[in-house]
Amino acid sequence: MSFQIVLLWSDALLFVLIAAIVGLALWARRQDALRAAWGRVLKDGVAMAAATVLAVFVLIGLLDSLHYRARLEAQPGAAARYAVEVNSALDALLSDLRQRGEKTYSAPLATHLFAKEALENSTQREFPRLKHGGAHLGQDLSGHEFDIALRLSRGLAAALAVWLALVALVSRTRKQEFMAVLRVMRSGIPGDGAGNDPKVVQSKATGAVLVALLAILLLFGVALSLGGGYHVFGTDKVGQDVLYLSLKSIRTGLLIGTLTTLVMLPLAVLLGILAGYVGGWVDDLIQYLYTTLSSIPGVLLIAAAVLMMQVIIDTHPQWFATSAERADARLLALCLILGMTSWTGVARLLRGETLKLRELEFVQAAQAFGVGRFAIMRRHILPNLMHIVLIALVMDFSGLVLAEAVLSYVGVGVDPTTISFGTMINTARMELAREPMVWWSLAAAFSFMFALVLAANLFADAVRDAFDPRSST
Amino acid sequence: MLAYVIRRLLYAIPILVGVNLLTFALFFVVNTPDDMARMQLGVKRVTPEAIQKWKAERGYDKPLLWNATASGSATLTETIFFSKSVRMFAGDFGRADDGRDIAREIATRMGPSLAIALPTFVLGLFVAIAFALLLVFFRATALDFSGVVLCVAMMSISGLFYIIGGQWLVSKVWHLAPISGYGGGFDAAKFLFLPVIIGVIGGVGGSARWYRTIFLEEITRDYVRTARAKGLPERVVLFRHVLRNALIPILTGVVVVIPTLFMGSLLTESFFGIPGLGSYTIDAINAQDFAVVRSMVFIGSVLYIVGLLLTDISYTLADPRVRLQ
Repeated sequence: MSFQIVLLWSDALLFVLIAAIVGLALWARRQDALRAAWGRVLKDGVAMAAATVLAVFVLIGLLDSLHYRARLEAQPGAAARYAVEVNSALDALLSDLRQRGEKTYSAPLATHLFAKEALENSTQREFPRLKHGGAHLGQDLSGHEFDIALRLSRGLAAALAVWLALVALVSRTRKQEFMAVLRVMRSGIPGDGAGNDPKVVQSKATGAVLVALLAILLLFGVALSLGGGYHVFGTDKVGQDVLYLSLKSIRTGLLIGTLTTLVMLPLAVLLGILAGYVGGWVDDLIQYLYTTLSSIPGVLLIAAAVLMMQVIIDTHPQWFATSAERADARLLALCLILGMTSWTGVARLLRGETLKLRELEFVQAAQAFGVGRFAIMRRHILPNLMHIVLIALVMDFSGLVLAEAVLSYVGVGVDPTTISFGTMINTARMELAREPMVWWSLAAAFSFMFALVLAANLFADAVRDAFDPRSST
Repeated sequence: MLAYVIRRLLYAIPILVGVNLLTFALFFVVNTPDDMARMQLGVKRVTPEAIQKWKAERGYDKPLLWNATASGSATLTETIFFSKSVRMFAGDFGRADDGRDIAREIATRMGPSLAIALPTFVLGLFVAIAFALLLVFFRATALDFSGVVLCVAMMSISGLFYIIGGQWLVSKVWHLAPISGYGGGFDAAKFLFLPVIIGVIGGVGGSARWYRTIFLEEITRDYVRTARAKGLPERVVLFRHVLRNALIPILTGVVVVIPTLFMGSLLTESFFGIPGLGSYTIDAINAQDFAVVRSMVFIGSVLYIVGLLLTDISYTLADPRVRLQ
């Protein structure tokens, strides 16, 4: 099957961001202080487990950012035509989930629709059979529970096998660490230096990663083996698979959390350092700017800006070729607005820190040598602020993911056609009032979002503890 | 003191002017009133007459900044900028799309907003401080560790889930409180019970963790060691000495939000159907009532600036070492 690659603006920016992070990581490796701090994060078991979970989310998000348009069947000789629909690599992987839609609500792992309907050739109202959920069972449903149990155990067993293979692999490459742990265990006296053996500490972190991987693999295995025949999280009002929706939501959350910082950081770093180092009327102006911006309540400023952006998008339909492009533009604009409204806090922090740095000896020495202002800011001030920038970056991420849900609920979030946690919650909210209750969309959105935000929070805490010189006590 | 307050009030004026200019630019320059009319009327019904009528109804049919057709001072006053933005300083917010006076609407809706926000704030503060103090009392034990984990987990849950889950559990399963609505007088208590509880639970994770670090910072001070050296039991050290000193950063830190309590909470009010300012704002956003959103932005920043002023004053009251010049 041939296809045309589509590079949405958000995809391009996301890849730029990834490249920037890789570049920064390479730069940080050469800096002793940063390498030491990252070393502390790498030795923190909780942080590494959280990082593993985050890495899986990022992987899903990246897969969902490789967009293409499938080529349509065409007459030989005719010019190639491509589908209007823009799909991603994740859609291709999950094409089973995406295409096996039902008519309307169905409970997780169900074989019948959730509501009774009048069947053809009959006056009675019955629960209609699902088109895809449990279709392999045929008419005989007596094996339903057995089939679920079988698939469950098969998925768990496969996941366990993969994990054990992984452990074997790791234990071979990390033999020394494991030997160190074994020595401590055999000697039977924990503490007394043995607990501080760097190899033992490192193996704890490796163990935490392995445990996190086990949990992820088990969930994946179960989802894969059950998802082959059922809707693991049920289906929503229009019959879409809820698991598919949840996986698609991840990209939106990640984009909001990361691209916003791409807007916010340059503004905050530039203005914060300028205000702190140059001083005088520049300082007054920048302080005035951020005091004014931050005195408007965040949600209201975002709401006002988004309302205005909607007007622009609605009055200029000719800018966007496909609906995916329009939704993408709206997502980017939301990131832009969030970034424009949230740089003030970081800028204030950076200004304060720059004021302190300006008086230190090495900056004074550079001034005495006649180094230019901008060279001092770039070479002597900026590197010493990187830890604040990094902490702000990781601390903001989880807040932005949560903010997306709230903003989408308020009606100033992502485009209603964009699949996101916010739109999922918004549509699922009324379903709780149904009798009997439709709970699975909400449960799915809750668990995915909780896992993502919790992992981000735990990782951010570890990064802050490792980088913040004050928190070492 | 009085001179300081007056100076701070004067300092607030340029900031309010800035907010005003920003909202003016956002609402009238980024998009012309014609664009807004076209969007609100929808694609089908757009005719030049309809746009003119829409603009005239809202008073948007004037020039933006300079009215060349008028004479005298009217060249400045007969403009959108003067009639919509400058008059906000006098408390005149104009009319909403449904024809009601926005200023009066705000005055009547402040009550219900405050009835929810104030108990949530006070109770939330109390619960968070008590919880943080408990964790500090058992610091470096399993209880402290699991308490911090609980806080992080609670912070990781979206506020939407607290409300949805709380409404479902308390109102639908246990039938303890009405699911939504509002009443006047003592009747209000039964409607307020659930939103206040949910607001407290939703906020306790983040604030308790923050207060815990403040307490821990305080506990390393010299006076604490002295108190322990005197042989005071840990309970007395914590409650009589540490609590009192740590309350200063905590209380001065939260003073800034007190005036904004008037604004209410967007989510809580819209979920519980409380006729406060939060639900007013949400309705205006959904109906794209630009006049109301503009007024709320302005009022919000006024209240925030008042909060900053109160913060500075509370520093002097709480800590005699701070002197305002």
